[in-house]
Amino acid sequence: MAGLEIPSWDPETALLIGAILLEAFVLYVGYGGLERLVGPYLMRLIVGGDTSAQ
Amino acid sequence: MLSSLLSGPGFLGTSPEMLALFVGFGLVVGVLFGFFGMGGSFLVTPALLMLDYPAPVAVGSGMAFVFGTAVIATLKHHDLGQVDYKLGVIMITGTTIGIEVGRASVYYLESMGLAGGVISVAYVVLLGGVGAMVTRDALRGDGGGGIDHEAADKDLDEYEIPEIAKTIQWTVRIPPMVTLRGDVRVSAWVITAVAFATGVLSGFLGVGGGFIRMPAMIYAIGVPVPVAVGTDLFEIVFSGGLGSYLYGQGGGVNLGIVAPLLFGSALGARVGSAATAVVDADGIKVYFGGMLLIGSIAVGIGEVGSYLGNPTLELLGLVLVVGAAVVVAFAVLYTAVSSLRVTSRQQPSTTD
Repeated sequence: MAGLEIPSWDPETALLIGAILLEAFVLYVGYGGLERLVGPYLMRLIVGGDTSAQ
Repeated sequence: MLSSLLSGPGFLGTSPEMLALFVGFGLVVGVLFGFFGMGGSFLVTPALLMLDYPAPVAVGSGMAFVFGTAVIATLKHHDLGQVDYKLGVIMITGTTIGIEVGRASVYYLESMGLAGGVISVAYVVLLGGVGAMVTRDALRGDGGGGIDHEAADKDLDEYEIPEIAKTIQWTVRIPPMVTLRGDVRVSAWVITAVAFATGVLSGFLGVGGGFIRMPAMIYAIGVPVPVAVGTDLFEIVFSGGLGSYLYGQGGGVNLGIVAPLLFGSALGARVGSAATAVVDADGIKVYFGGMLLIGSIAVGIGEVGSYLGNPTLELLGLVLVVGAAVVVAFAVLYTAVSSLRVTSRQQPSTTD
């Protein structure tokens, strides 16, 4: 493995990196939705009262 | 194909305890990355080395984690219009070659049995150097290191190009010249040189290199701060993706490490990023600098422990690295919650 290499096509490695890419997209969308859904409630909980946030 | 991924040692090979540890550590790293805009990967590779993962796995998995984090952060910066795609594409070539040089060096050192030691020493120097710089600037009140939250809120037209960048732009005029966002005109060779140098660092240490590349973009190329941040992340998506692929071909990417780290860090980054709206970063940067310094000492202690075959010292190093990150992440969260409560008491009728 030592020495410079031109990357060759390896489907299993591509799938591995693809899985990380997919996870990143899912997490971006999923956590974004979660933030919109429970964010205001969490803010109220954190600042300690209904009078403050939102 | 997928079943081989899931049943292989890369995923189920990680015990539930380690998965939980990685999710928690990812959460902490994410808070720091979201708040300070850098430092996300500083701690992952040294921690993996101290957990006795082979150097290519520690560096390769660290790089794959950086890749995933960069994808998420780039999506956000794209939405804010803070990515210069032309600059990013030019940088990709230099960074890619640099990463391959760094990666080849890791495998070469590994073949001689020196990789773990050399990488650890490089981390001690790097963490110590950057930590000392951030601490010094924070104590002076210069606010050095990471994203300047106030600067990041300005319009691109309001940015002044640093004097050193102007000098470079006027001195190095080797064609082709490129016009970038913010009306910056610079030689493509300057961009490529910056990209190559940071690429070598990325490939060797498994880090995104943003802590070097961002200041280099600002001071050597003259790019406005938000564009430097967004473009840096965009560029890491490609260079980190390719670096991860190359390490993955050699078995250096462990999905059982990367997936839980990313799961935690994506959430942490949202929290850390939200905290920037309510917390003055300058007060906390001194802790961030301190964390990097402690990280530097911890890696040194861990390496001495490994050299002497003393597991207590190795454990102490790991506890220090993780502990320092946890303390600073909690300091960010505590300060954010305190600021929110103070603001809500001062303006009880104001909506947020």
